[in-house]
Amino acid sequence: MTATTPVKHKLGIQARREERAFYAFISPWIVGFLAFTAIPVVLSLYYSFNRYDVLTPPRWAGLDNYTTLFTDDLFYQALKVTSLYSVGSVTLGILASLFIAIVLNRNIRGVSFFRTMFYLPSVISGVAISLLWMWIFNPDFGLINFLLWRVFRIEGPGWIYDAEWAVPSLIVMSLWGIGGGIVIYLARLQGIPTDLYEAAEIDGAGALRRIFSITLPMMTPVIFFNLLMGIINSFQVFTQAYVMTNGGPGYATLFYVLYLYRYAFKYYQMGYASALAWVLFIILLILTMLVFRSSDRWVYYEGA
Amino acid sequence: MAAKLGKRASKNLADALTYIFLIGVGVVILIPVLWMLSTALKANSEVFLFPPRWIPKELKWDNFRKGLTFLPFARYFANTSYITLLSVAGQMVSSPLIAYGFAKLRARAREPLFYLLLSTMMLPRHVTMVPLFVLYRHFGWIDTYWPLILPAFAGAPYYIFLLRQFLLTIPEEMSDAAKIDGCGYFKTYARIFLPLSKPALATVAIFTFMWTWNDFMGPLIYVSSDEKWTLTLGLSRFTGMYGETAWNQLMAVSLIIILPSILLFFFAQRLFIQGIVITGVKG
Repeated sequence: MTATTPVKHKLGIQARREERAFYAFISPWIVGFLAFTAIPVVLSLYYSFNRYDVLTPPRWAGLDNYTTLFTDDLFYQALKVTSLYSVGSVTLGILASLFIAIVLNRNIRGVSFFRTMFYLPSVISGVAISLLWMWIFNPDFGLINFLLWRVFRIEGPGWIYDAEWAVPSLIVMSLWGIGGGIVIYLARLQGIPTDLYEAAEIDGAGALRRIFSITLPMMTPVIFFNLLMGIINSFQVFTQAYVMTNGGPGYATLFYVLYLYRYAFKYYQMGYASALAWVLFIILLILTMLVFRSSDRWVYYEGA
Repeated sequence: MAAKLGKRASKNLADALTYIFLIGVGVVILIPVLWMLSTALKANSEVFLFPPRWIPKELKWDNFRKGLTFLPFARYFANTSYITLLSVAGQMVSSPLIAYGFAKLRARAREPLFYLLLSTMMLPRHVTMVPLFVLYRHFGWIDTYWPLILPAFAGAPYYIFLLRQFLLTIPEEMSDAAKIDGCGYFKTYARIFLPLSKPALATVAIFTFMWTWNDFMGPLIYVSSDEKWTLTLGLSRFTGMYGETAWNQLMAVSLIIILPSILLFFFAQRLFIQGIVITGVKG
Protein backbone atom coordinates (compact mmCIF):
# COMPACT_ATOMS: atom_id res chain seq x y z
CA MET A 1 0.00 0.00 0.00
CA THR A 2 1.62 3.21 -1.11
CA ALA A 3 1.73 5.88 1.55
CA THR A 4 0.00 9.03 0.37
CA THR A 5 1.31 12.43 1.29
CA PRO A 6 -1.47 14.89 2.08
CA VAL A 7 -1.08 17.93 -0.11
CA LYS A 8 -2.87 20.87 1.55
CA HIS A 9 -6.52 19.75 1.48
CA LYS A 10 -6.11 16.90 -0.95
CA LEU A 11 -6.07 13.50 0.64
CA GLY A 12 -5.13 10.17 -0.77
CA ILE A 13 -7.66 7.40 -1.18
CA GLN A 14 -6.73 5.63 2.03
CA ALA A 15 -6.95 8.78 4.11
CA ARG A 16 -10.31 9.65 2.61
CA ARG A 17 -11.60 6.19 3.42
CA GLU A 18 -10.47 6.64 6.99
CA GLU A 19 -12.18 10.00 7.18
CA ARG A 20 -15.43 8.55 5.97
CA ALA A 21 -15.11 5.81 8.56
CA PHE A 22 -14.47 8.45 11.21
CA TYR A 23 -17.71 10.20 10.40
CA ALA A 24 -19.56 6.91 10.29
CA PHE A 25 -18.33 6.00 13.76
CA ILE A 26 -19.17 9.31 15.36
CA SER A 27 -22.47 9.68 13.52
CA PRO A 28 -24.61 8.82 16.59
CA TRP A 29 -23.00 11.71 18.41
CA ILE A 30 -23.40 14.09 15.46
CA VAL A 31 -27.09 13.25 15.15
CA GLY A 32 -27.54 13.50 18.90
CA PHE A 33 -25.60 16.74 19.09
CA LEU A 34 -27.79 18.35 16.44
CA ALA A 35 -31.04 16.96 17.81
CA PHE A 36 -30.47 17.30 21.57
CA THR A 37 -28.02 20.16 21.79
CA ALA A 38 -27.49 22.44 18.80
CA ILE A 39 -31.08 22.85 17.67
CA PRO A 40 -32.52 23.17 21.19
CA VAL A 41 -29.89 25.75 22.09
CA VAL A 42 -30.87 27.90 19.13
CA LEU A 43 -34.57 27.38 19.86
CA SER A 44 -33.98 28.31 23.47
CA LEU A 45 -32.44 31.61 22.42
CA TYR A 46 -35.39 32.22 20.12
CA TYR A 47 -37.92 31.49 22.85
CA SER A 48 -36.17 33.88 25.19
CA PHE A 49 -37.26 36.71 22.89
CA ASN A 50 -40.86 35.54 22.85
CA ARG A 51 -43.84 35.05 25.07
CA TYR A 52 -44.65 31.37 24.84
CA ASP A 53 -46.97 29.20 26.87
CA VAL A 54 -46.71 26.06 24.71
CA LEU A 55 -50.44 25.96 24.02
CA THR A 56 -50.53 29.04 21.79
CA PRO A 57 -47.82 29.94 19.28
CA PRO A 58 -44.93 32.14 20.45
CA ARG A 59 -45.50 35.88 20.30
CA TRP A 60 -42.54 38.12 19.72
CA ALA A 61 -41.58 40.15 22.75
CA GLY A 62 -38.14 41.45 21.89
CA LEU A 63 -36.05 42.11 24.96
CA ASP A 64 -39.06 42.19 27.32
CA ASN A 65 -38.12 38.97 29.09
CA TYR A 66 -34.65 40.24 29.78
CA THR A 67 -35.71 43.66 31.02
CA THR A 68 -38.25 41.99 33.30
CA LEU A 69 -35.54 39.65 34.51
CA PHE A 70 -33.17 42.41 35.52
CA THR A 71 -35.87 44.15 37.52
CA ASP A 72 -37.14 40.92 39.10
CA ASP A 73 -36.42 40.80 42.83
CA LEU A 74 -36.78 37.07 42.93
CA PHE A 75 -34.20 36.71 40.18
CA TYR A 76 -31.67 38.43 42.39
CA GLN A 77 -32.80 36.35 45.35
CA ALA A 78 -32.27 33.18 43.33
CA LEU A 79 -28.81 34.38 42.31
CA LYS A 80 -27.96 35.25 45.88
CA VAL A 81 -29.13 31.90 47.28
CA THR A 82 -27.32 29.91 44.60
CA SER A 83 -24.09 31.91 44.86
CA LEU A 84 -24.03 31.63 48.64
CA TYR A 85 -24.51 27.91 48.43
CA SER A 86 -21.88 27.59 45.72
CA VAL A 87 -19.22 29.51 47.59
CA GLY A 88 -19.92 27.63 50.81
CA SER A 89 -20.15 24.12 49.47
CA VAL A 90 -17.32 24.36 46.95
CA THR A 91 -14.72 25.96 49.22
CA LEU A 92 -15.55 23.86 52.26
CA GLY A 93 -15.80 20.77 50.10
CA ILE A 94 -12.41 21.24 48.50
CA LEU A 95 -10.72 22.13 51.79
CA ALA A 96 -12.24 19.17 53.61
CA SER A 97 -11.56 16.58 50.92
CA LEU A 98 -8.01 17.83 50.36
CA PHE A 99 -7.26 17.68 54.05
CA ILE A 100 -8.69 14.20 54.46
CA ALA A 101 -6.93 12.96 51.33
CA ILE A 102 -3.58 14.25 52.61
CA VAL A 103 -4.11 12.57 55.95
CA LEU A 104 -5.22 9.39 54.22
CA ASN A 105 -2.12 9.40 52.06
CA ARG A 106 0.20 8.74 54.93
CA ASN A 107 1.76 5.32 54.89
CA ILE A 108 -0.89 3.55 56.90
CA ARG A 109 -2.80 0.37 56.38
CA GLY A 110 -6.42 0.22 55.34
CA VAL A 111 -6.34 3.12 52.90
CA SER A 112 -8.77 1.50 50.49
CA PHE A 113 -11.09 0.58 53.33
CA PHE A 114 -11.35 4.19 54.41
CA ARG A 115 -11.61 5.34 50.85
CA THR A 116 -14.55 3.04 50.25
CA MET A 117 -16.24 4.18 53.42
CA PHE A 118 -15.84 7.85 52.55
CA TYR A 119 -17.08 7.39 49.02
CA LEU A 120 -20.19 5.44 49.96
CA PRO A 121 -22.52 8.43 50.48
CA SER A 122 -21.88 9.63 46.94
CA VAL A 123 -23.59 6.61 45.41
CA ILE A 124 -26.84 7.26 47.23
CA SER A 125 -29.60 8.86 45.20
CA GLY A 126 -30.54 12.50 45.16
CA VAL A 127 -34.10 12.01 46.34
CA ALA A 128 -33.23 9.41 48.99
CA ILE A 129 -30.45 11.61 50.33
CA SER A 130 -32.74 14.63 50.40
CA LEU A 131 -35.39 12.76 52.37
CA LEU A 132 -32.86 11.26 54.75
CA TRP A 133 -31.39 14.64 55.54
CA MET A 134 -34.84 16.16 55.89
CA TRP A 135 -35.32 13.70 58.69
CA ILE A 136 -31.85 14.27 60.12
CA PHE A 137 -32.44 18.01 60.14
CA ASN A 138 -35.80 17.67 61.85
CA PRO A 139 -35.58 20.29 64.61
CA ASP A 140 -37.48 18.29 67.20
CA PHE A 141 -36.68 14.65 66.55
CA GLY A 142 -33.79 14.69 64.13
CA LEU A 143 -30.31 13.31 64.58
CA ILE A 144 -28.35 16.54 64.48
CA ASN A 145 -30.25 18.42 67.15
CA PHE A 146 -30.24 15.29 69.27
CA LEU A 147 -26.45 15.03 69.04
CA LEU A 148 -26.01 18.75 69.65
CA TRP A 149 -28.04 18.42 72.81
CA ARG A 150 -26.46 15.21 74.02
CA VAL A 151 -22.86 16.15 73.37
CA PHE A 152 -22.72 19.91 73.58
CA ARG A 153 -25.87 20.78 75.46
CA ILE A 154 -26.79 23.18 72.63
CA GLU A 155 -30.31 23.60 71.43
CA GLY A 156 -30.02 23.25 67.71
CA PRO A 157 -31.65 25.68 65.23
CA GLY A 158 -34.57 25.01 62.95
CA TRP A 159 -32.20 24.01 60.11
CA ILE A 160 -34.15 23.73 56.87
CA TYR A 161 -37.25 25.23 58.49
CA ASP A 162 -35.37 28.34 59.52
CA ALA A 163 -34.75 30.98 56.85
CA GLU A 164 -31.31 31.81 58.20
CA TRP A 165 -30.13 28.22 58.51
CA ALA A 166 -31.69 26.78 55.38
CA VAL A 167 -28.81 27.34 52.97
CA PRO A 168 -26.15 26.43 55.56
CA SER A 169 -28.07 23.19 56.16
CA LEU A 170 -27.81 22.33 52.49
CA ILE A 171 -24.11 23.17 52.53
CA VAL A 172 -23.60 20.79 55.45
CA MET A 173 -25.51 18.16 53.52
CA SER A 174 -23.28 18.67 50.49
CA LEU A 175 -20.22 18.00 52.63
CA TRP A 176 -21.46 14.51 53.17
CA GLY A 177 -20.58 13.78 49.58
CA ILE A 178 -16.92 14.81 49.60
CA GLY A 179 -15.90 11.20 49.01
CA GLY A 180 -15.64 11.80 45.29
CA GLY A 181 -13.14 14.58 45.79
CA ILE A 182 -11.18 12.51 48.28
CA VAL A 183 -10.83 9.71 45.76
CA ILE A 184 -9.52 12.06 43.08
CA TYR A 185 -7.10 13.89 45.35
CA LEU A 186 -5.85 10.64 46.82
CA ALA A 187 -5.13 9.25 43.36
CA ARG A 188 -3.20 12.37 42.46
CA LEU A 189 -1.32 12.38 45.76
CA GLN A 190 -0.22 8.83 45.17
CA GLY A 191 1.28 9.92 41.89
CA ILE A 192 3.61 12.49 43.37
CA PRO A 193 7.15 11.12 43.13
CA THR A 194 8.63 10.39 46.54
CA ASP A 195 12.10 11.65 45.62
CA LEU A 196 10.70 15.16 45.78
CA TYR A 197 9.81 14.63 49.41
CA GLU A 198 13.11 12.92 50.16
CA ALA A 199 15.09 15.75 48.64
CA ALA A 200 13.10 18.26 50.68
CA GLU A 201 13.62 16.28 53.85
CA ILE A 202 17.35 16.20 53.25
CA ASP A 203 17.27 19.94 52.82
CA GLY A 204 15.69 20.12 56.24
CA ALA A 205 12.06 20.86 55.36
CA GLY A 206 9.56 19.91 58.06
CA ALA A 207 6.30 18.10 57.36
CA LEU A 208 4.25 21.27 57.10
CA ARG A 209 6.76 22.93 54.83
CA ARG A 210 6.75 19.91 52.57
CA ILE A 211 2.98 20.07 52.28
CA PHE A 212 2.98 23.71 51.29
CA SER A 213 5.94 23.60 48.95
CA ILE A 214 5.50 20.23 47.28
CA THR A 215 2.12 18.62 47.86
CA LEU A 216 -0.14 21.57 47.30
CA PRO A 217 1.58 22.92 44.17
CA MET A 218 1.51 19.44 42.65
CA MET A 219 -2.19 19.21 43.43
CA THR A 220 -3.17 22.46 41.78
CA PRO A 221 -4.23 20.98 38.40
CA VAL A 222 -6.69 18.65 40.09
CA ILE A 223 -7.90 21.34 42.46
CA PHE A 224 -8.46 23.53 39.44
CA PHE A 225 -10.57 20.90 37.71
CA ASN A 226 -12.60 20.22 40.87
CA LEU A 227 -13.10 23.92 41.45
CA LEU A 228 -14.47 24.37 37.95
CA MET A 229 -16.78 21.36 38.04
CA GLY A 230 -17.81 22.23 41.60
CA ILE A 231 -18.90 25.72 40.62
CA ILE A 232 -20.75 24.52 37.54
CA ASN A 233 -22.55 21.74 39.41
CA SER A 234 -23.40 23.77 42.49
CA PHE A 235 -25.13 26.35 40.33
CA GLN A 236 -27.45 23.66 39.00
CA VAL A 237 -28.76 22.29 42.28
CA PHE A 238 -32.40 21.33 41.95
CA THR A 239 -33.51 18.10 43.64
CA GLN A 240 -32.69 19.09 47.21
CA ALA A 241 -34.42 22.44 46.83
CA TYR A 242 -37.50 20.87 45.27
CA VAL A 243 -37.86 17.93 47.61
CA MET A 244 -36.69 19.34 50.93
CA THR A 245 -37.80 22.93 51.09
CA ASN A 246 -39.55 23.81 47.83
CA GLY A 247 -37.73 27.12 47.84
CA GLY A 248 -38.72 28.00 51.39
CA PRO A 249 -38.99 29.00 54.11
CA GLY A 250 -40.19 32.12 52.31
CA TYR A 251 -37.67 32.28 49.47
CA ALA A 252 -34.64 31.29 51.51
CA THR A 253 -33.77 28.34 49.31
CA LEU A 254 -35.05 29.61 45.99
CA PHE A 255 -32.25 28.05 43.95
CA TYR A 256 -31.83 29.33 40.42
CA VAL A 257 -32.80 26.13 38.63
CA LEU A 258 -35.83 25.71 40.88
CA TYR A 259 -36.90 29.21 39.91
CA LEU A 260 -36.36 28.35 36.24
CA TYR A 261 -38.30 25.12 36.62
CA ARG A 262 -41.26 26.95 38.13
CA TYR A 263 -41.50 29.40 35.27
CA ALA A 264 -41.27 26.61 32.71
CA PHE A 265 -43.45 23.90 34.22
CA LYS A 266 -45.60 25.60 36.80
CA TYR A 267 -46.48 28.90 35.16
CA TYR A 268 -45.82 27.69 31.61
CA GLN A 269 -43.92 30.82 30.69
CA MET A 270 -41.34 29.25 28.41
CA GLY A 271 -40.06 32.57 27.17
CA TYR A 272 -39.09 33.86 30.57
CA ALA A 273 -37.72 30.46 31.57
CA SER A 274 -35.52 30.44 28.47
CA ALA A 275 -34.24 33.89 29.28
CA LEU A 276 -33.39 32.69 32.79
CA ALA A 277 -31.58 29.71 31.29
CA TRP A 278 -29.47 31.88 29.03
CA VAL A 279 -28.53 34.24 31.81
CA LEU A 280 -27.42 31.20 33.83
CA PHE A 281 -25.36 30.03 30.88
CA ILE A 282 -23.66 33.39 30.51
CA ILE A 283 -22.96 33.58 34.22
CA LEU A 284 -21.36 30.14 34.16
CA LEU A 285 -19.30 31.07 31.11
CA ILE A 286 -18.02 34.18 32.85
CA LEU A 287 -17.20 32.25 36.01
CA THR A 288 -15.43 29.59 33.96
CA MET A 289 -13.36 32.20 32.18
CA LEU A 290 -12.47 33.84 35.47
CA VAL A 291 -11.31 30.56 36.92
CA PHE A 292 -9.29 29.80 33.79
CA ARG A 293 -7.79 33.27 33.77
CA SER A 294 -6.80 33.06 37.40
CA SER A 295 -5.32 29.61 36.90
CA ASP A 296 -2.21 31.08 35.32
CA ARG A 297 -1.35 32.47 38.71
CA TRP A 298 -1.71 29.44 40.83
CA VAL A 299 -1.80 26.25 38.77
CA TYR A 300 1.49 24.44 38.21
CA TYR A 301 1.51 22.10 35.24
CA GLU A 302 4.45 19.80 35.44
CA GLY A 303 6.25 18.74 32.30
CA ALA A 304 5.55 15.03 32.43
CA MET B 1 9.46 20.50 69.28
CA ALA B 2 9.10 16.86 70.25
CA ALA B 3 12.77 16.50 71.09
CA LYS B 4 12.08 14.00 73.82
CA LEU B 5 10.35 11.52 71.52
CA GLY B 6 12.50 9.40 69.28
CA LYS B 7 11.78 9.37 65.57
CA ARG B 8 10.06 5.99 65.79
CA ALA B 9 7.86 7.03 68.67
CA SER B 10 6.74 10.24 67.04
CA LYS B 11 5.81 8.34 63.92
CA ASN B 12 3.72 5.95 65.99
CA LEU B 13 2.01 8.87 67.64
CA ALA B 14 1.29 10.47 64.29
CA ASP B 15 -0.09 7.18 62.99
CA ALA B 16 -2.33 6.76 66.00
CA LEU B 17 -3.70 10.27 65.63
CA THR B 18 -4.25 9.61 61.94
CA TYR B 19 -6.28 6.50 62.67
CA ILE B 20 -8.34 8.26 65.31
CA PHE B 21 -9.07 11.11 62.93
CA LEU B 22 -9.98 8.83 60.02
CA ILE B 23 -12.17 6.62 62.12
CA GLY B 24 -13.86 9.73 63.48
CA VAL B 25 -14.58 10.94 59.96
CA GLY B 26 -15.79 7.47 59.02
CA VAL B 27 -18.21 7.41 61.95
CA VAL B 28 -19.58 10.83 61.03
CA ILE B 29 -20.05 9.66 57.47
CA LEU B 30 -21.78 6.43 58.38
CA ILE B 31 -24.05 7.66 61.16
CA PRO B 32 -26.74 8.98 58.79
CA VAL B 33 -27.05 5.59 57.13
CA LEU B 34 -27.29 3.83 60.49
CA TRP B 35 -29.87 6.40 61.54
CA MET B 36 -31.80 5.54 58.40
CA LEU B 37 -31.82 1.86 59.32
CA SER B 38 -32.72 2.59 62.91
CA THR B 39 -35.67 4.75 61.91
CA ALA B 40 -36.86 2.21 59.37
CA LEU B 41 -37.27 -0.43 62.03
CA LYS B 42 -39.14 1.69 64.57
CA ALA B 43 -42.79 1.39 65.47
CA ASN B 44 -44.91 4.48 64.78
CA SER B 45 -44.94 5.44 68.43
CA GLU B 46 -41.16 5.34 68.66
CA VAL B 47 -40.37 7.55 65.68
CA PHE B 48 -41.21 10.82 67.36
CA LEU B 49 -39.35 10.42 70.60
CA PHE B 50 -36.94 12.82 72.14
CA PRO B 51 -34.31 11.82 73.07
CA PRO B 52 -34.49 9.25 70.28
CA ARG B 53 -33.61 5.64 70.81
CA TRP B 54 -30.98 4.06 68.59
CA ILE B 55 -32.15 0.50 68.82
CA PRO B 56 -35.93 0.18 68.58
CA LYS B 57 -37.72 -1.85 71.23
CA GLU B 58 -39.19 -4.09 68.59
CA LEU B 59 -37.74 -4.47 65.12
CA LYS B 60 -40.66 -3.61 62.94
CA TRP B 61 -39.65 -5.30 59.69
CA ASP B 62 -43.25 -4.80 58.70
CA ASN B 63 -42.45 -1.18 57.90
CA PHE B 64 -40.77 -2.36 54.73
CA ARG B 65 -43.88 -4.10 53.52
CA LYS B 66 -46.12 -1.23 54.57
CA GLY B 67 -43.96 1.38 52.89
CA LEU B 68 -43.55 -0.54 49.67
CA THR B 69 -47.29 -1.01 49.32
CA PHE B 70 -48.25 2.51 50.38
CA LEU B 71 -47.56 3.47 46.79
CA PRO B 72 -47.24 0.90 44.00
CA PHE B 73 -43.47 0.66 44.37
CA ALA B 74 -43.26 -2.70 42.63
CA ARG B 75 -44.60 -1.00 39.54
CA TYR B 76 -42.18 1.90 39.93
CA PHE B 77 -39.38 -0.60 40.35
CA ALA B 78 -40.29 -2.25 37.04
CA ASN B 79 -40.54 1.13 35.31
CA THR B 80 -37.22 2.36 36.60
CA SER B 81 -35.53 -0.91 35.71
CA TYR B 82 -36.87 -0.69 32.18
CA ILE B 83 -35.61 2.85 31.67
CA THR B 84 -32.27 2.09 33.30
CA LEU B 85 -31.58 -1.08 31.35
CA LEU B 86 -32.35 0.56 28.04
CA SER B 87 -30.23 3.59 28.88
CA VAL B 88 -27.31 1.39 29.84
CA ALA B 89 -27.71 -0.58 26.63
CA GLY B 90 -27.84 2.63 24.63
CA GLN B 91 -24.67 4.02 26.15
CA MET B 92 -22.83 0.73 25.78
CA VAL B 93 -23.63 0.66 22.09
CA SER B 94 -23.01 4.28 21.18
CA SER B 95 -20.30 5.62 23.45
CA PRO B 96 -17.52 3.16 22.55
CA LEU B 97 -18.35 3.51 18.86
CA ILE B 98 -17.99 7.27 19.01
CA ALA B 99 -14.95 7.09 21.27
CA TYR B 100 -13.23 4.75 18.81
CA GLY B 101 -13.76 7.27 16.04
CA PHE B 102 -12.17 10.02 18.08
CA ALA B 103 -9.35 7.84 19.34
CA LYS B 104 -8.26 5.76 16.40
CA LEU B 105 -9.51 7.24 13.18
CA ARG B 106 -7.97 10.29 11.58
CA ALA B 107 -9.90 13.10 9.97
CA ARG B 108 -9.15 16.73 9.34
CA ALA B 109 -11.96 17.94 11.57
CA ARG B 110 -11.29 15.48 14.37
CA GLU B 111 -9.69 17.78 16.94
CA PRO B 112 -12.16 20.68 16.53
CA LEU B 113 -15.07 18.24 16.77
CA PHE B 114 -13.58 16.74 19.90
CA TYR B 115 -13.30 20.14 21.52
CA LEU B 116 -16.89 20.78 20.54
CA LEU B 117 -17.81 17.55 22.30
CA LEU B 118 -15.93 18.60 25.43
CA SER B 119 -17.50 22.03 25.46
CA THR B 120 -20.98 20.55 25.54
CA MET B 121 -20.09 19.06 28.91
CA MET B 122 -20.16 22.57 30.30
CA LEU B 123 -23.56 23.44 28.87
CA PRO B 124 -26.16 23.52 31.63
CA ARG B 125 -28.83 20.90 31.04
CA HIS B 126 -31.42 23.56 31.65
CA VAL B 127 -30.69 25.63 28.57
CA THR B 128 -31.98 22.80 26.38
CA MET B 129 -34.64 21.69 28.85
CA VAL B 130 -37.43 23.96 27.63
CA PRO B 131 -37.02 23.49 23.84
CA LEU B 132 -36.57 19.75 24.28
CA PHE B 133 -39.85 19.63 26.18
CA VAL B 134 -41.57 21.52 23.37
CA LEU B 135 -40.05 19.27 20.73
CA TYR B 136 -40.96 16.09 22.57
CA ARG B 137 -44.45 17.39 23.06
CA HIS B 138 -44.67 18.02 19.34
CA PHE B 139 -43.83 14.36 18.74
CA GLY B 140 -46.31 13.22 21.34
CA TRP B 141 -43.54 11.78 23.49
CA ILE B 142 -44.53 13.46 26.73
CA ASP B 143 -45.58 10.86 29.27
CA THR B 144 -43.59 8.19 27.46
CA TYR B 145 -40.10 7.02 28.23
CA TRP B 146 -38.61 8.13 24.90
CA PRO B 147 -37.18 11.42 26.21
CA LEU B 148 -35.38 9.49 28.94
CA ILE B 149 -34.01 6.69 26.78
CA LEU B 150 -33.31 8.10 23.35
CA PRO B 151 -30.42 10.43 24.27
CA ALA B 152 -28.53 7.42 25.63
CA PHE B 153 -28.14 6.15 22.09
CA ALA B 154 -26.26 9.26 21.05
CA GLY B 155 -23.51 8.76 23.63
CA ALA B 156 -22.68 11.09 26.49
CA PRO B 157 -19.61 13.39 26.43
CA TYR B 158 -18.41 12.17 29.82
CA TYR B 159 -18.39 8.53 28.77
CA ILE B 160 -17.04 9.24 25.30
CA PHE B 161 -14.17 11.12 26.89
CA LEU B 162 -13.49 8.31 29.36
CA LEU B 163 -13.53 5.64 26.67
CA ARG B 164 -11.40 7.71 24.32
CA GLN B 165 -8.73 8.17 26.96
CA PHE B 166 -8.82 4.44 27.56
CA LEU B 167 -8.61 3.54 23.88
CA LEU B 168 -5.67 5.87 23.41
CA THR B 169 -3.66 3.67 25.73
CA ILE B 170 -4.08 0.66 23.46
CA PRO B 171 -1.06 0.56 21.16
CA GLU B 172 -1.32 1.24 17.45
CA GLU B 173 0.19 -2.15 16.69
CA MET B 174 -3.20 -3.66 17.40
CA SER B 175 -4.95 -1.81 14.60
CA ASP B 176 -1.97 -2.25 12.29
CA ALA B 177 -2.03 -6.00 12.81
CA ALA B 178 -5.74 -6.06 12.07
CA LYS B 179 -5.27 -4.06 8.91
CA ILE B 180 -2.65 -6.48 7.68
CA ASP B 181 -5.12 -9.27 8.27
CA GLY B 182 -7.52 -7.42 6.01
CA CYS B 183 -10.01 -6.25 8.64
CA GLY B 184 -12.15 -3.28 7.80
CA TYR B 185 -12.60 -0.45 10.28
CA PHE B 186 -15.67 -1.86 11.90
CA LYS B 187 -14.24 -5.35 12.24
CA THR B 188 -11.11 -3.97 13.85
CA TYR B 189 -13.30 -2.11 16.28
CA ALA B 190 -15.63 -4.97 17.07
CA ARG B 191 -13.22 -7.87 17.12
CA ILE B 192 -10.19 -6.26 18.75
CA PHE B 193 -10.78 -2.96 20.54
CA LEU B 194 -14.19 -3.61 21.96
CA PRO B 195 -13.20 -6.77 23.85
CA LEU B 196 -10.08 -5.01 25.13
CA SER B 197 -12.24 -2.19 26.50
CA LYS B 198 -14.22 -4.33 28.90
CA PRO B 199 -13.08 -2.58 32.12
CA ALA B 200 -13.82 0.88 30.74
CA LEU B 201 -17.15 -0.32 29.35
CA ALA B 202 -18.07 -1.78 32.70
CA THR B 203 -17.35 1.61 34.27
CA VAL B 204 -19.61 3.33 31.74
CA ALA B 205 -22.35 0.80 32.43
CA ILE B 206 -22.10 1.35 36.16
CA PHE B 207 -22.14 5.11 35.96
CA THR B 208 -25.06 5.07 33.53
CA PHE B 209 -26.95 2.77 35.84
CA MET B 210 -26.36 5.01 38.85
CA TRP B 211 -27.26 8.16 37.01
CA THR B 212 -30.45 6.81 35.43
CA TRP B 213 -31.64 4.93 38.50
CA ASN B 214 -31.34 8.10 40.59
CA ASP B 215 -32.51 10.62 38.01
CA PHE B 216 -35.25 12.84 39.37
CA MET B 217 -35.60 15.90 37.19
CA GLY B 218 -35.96 13.89 33.95
CA PRO B 219 -38.93 11.80 35.09
CA LEU B 220 -40.36 14.82 36.89
CA ILE B 221 -40.62 16.74 33.64
CA TYR B 222 -41.55 14.01 31.20
CA VAL B 223 -43.65 11.50 33.15
CA SER B 224 -47.13 12.36 34.37
CA SER B 225 -49.39 9.31 34.62
CA ASP B 226 -49.23 7.56 37.97
CA GLU B 227 -48.55 4.12 36.59
CA LYS B 228 -45.51 5.33 34.67
CA TRP B 229 -43.78 6.83 37.68
CA THR B 230 -40.21 5.96 38.53
CA LEU B 231 -38.88 5.15 41.98
CA THR B 232 -37.54 8.65 42.47
CA LEU B 233 -40.93 10.17 41.71
CA GLY B 234 -42.66 7.71 44.00
CA LEU B 235 -40.25 8.52 46.82
CA SER B 236 -40.73 12.24 46.46
CA ARG B 237 -44.49 11.88 46.60
CA PHE B 238 -44.33 9.81 49.76
CA THR B 239 -44.21 12.93 51.89
CA GLY B 240 -47.16 15.25 51.93
CA MET B 241 -49.57 12.42 51.24
CA TYR B 242 -51.19 12.90 54.60
CA GLY B 243 -50.44 15.55 57.19
CA GLU B 244 -47.86 13.53 59.07
CA THR B 245 -45.09 11.78 57.17
CA ALA B 246 -44.52 8.17 58.14
CA TRP B 247 -40.77 8.55 58.47
CA ASN B 248 -40.20 4.95 59.43
CA GLN B 249 -41.89 3.62 56.32
CA LEU B 250 -40.22 6.29 54.21
CA MET B 251 -36.76 5.37 55.48
CA ALA B 252 -37.53 1.71 54.90
CA VAL B 253 -38.51 2.32 51.29
CA SER B 254 -35.50 4.59 50.74
CA LEU B 255 -33.21 1.86 51.99
CA ILE B 256 -34.66 -0.60 49.50
CA ILE B 257 -34.30 1.91 46.69
CA ILE B 258 -30.67 2.72 47.39
CA LEU B 259 -29.79 -0.93 47.91
CA PRO B 260 -28.96 -1.70 44.24
CA SER B 261 -26.61 1.27 44.12
CA ILE B 262 -24.83 0.21 47.30
CA LEU B 263 -24.52 -3.41 46.21
CA LEU B 264 -23.22 -2.36 42.83
CA PHE B 265 -20.71 -0.11 44.52
CA PHE B 266 -19.39 -2.83 46.80
CA PHE B 267 -18.98 -5.32 44.00
CA ALA B 268 -17.47 -2.91 41.49
CA GLN B 269 -15.53 -0.50 43.69
CA ARG B 270 -12.40 -0.60 41.64
CA LEU B 271 -14.28 0.31 38.46
CA PHE B 272 -15.98 3.23 40.19
CA ILE B 273 -12.71 4.59 41.47
CA GLN B 274 -10.99 4.04 38.16
CA GLY B 275 -13.68 5.89 36.30
CA ILE B 276 -13.52 8.90 38.56
CA VAL B 277 -9.77 8.97 38.51
CA ILE B 278 -9.45 8.81 34.75
CA THR B 279 -11.71 11.75 34.20
CA GLY B 280 -10.83 13.64 37.34
CA VAL B 281 -7.10 13.37 37.45
CA LYS B 282 -6.30 13.28 33.78
CA GLY B 283 -9.15 15.58 32.81
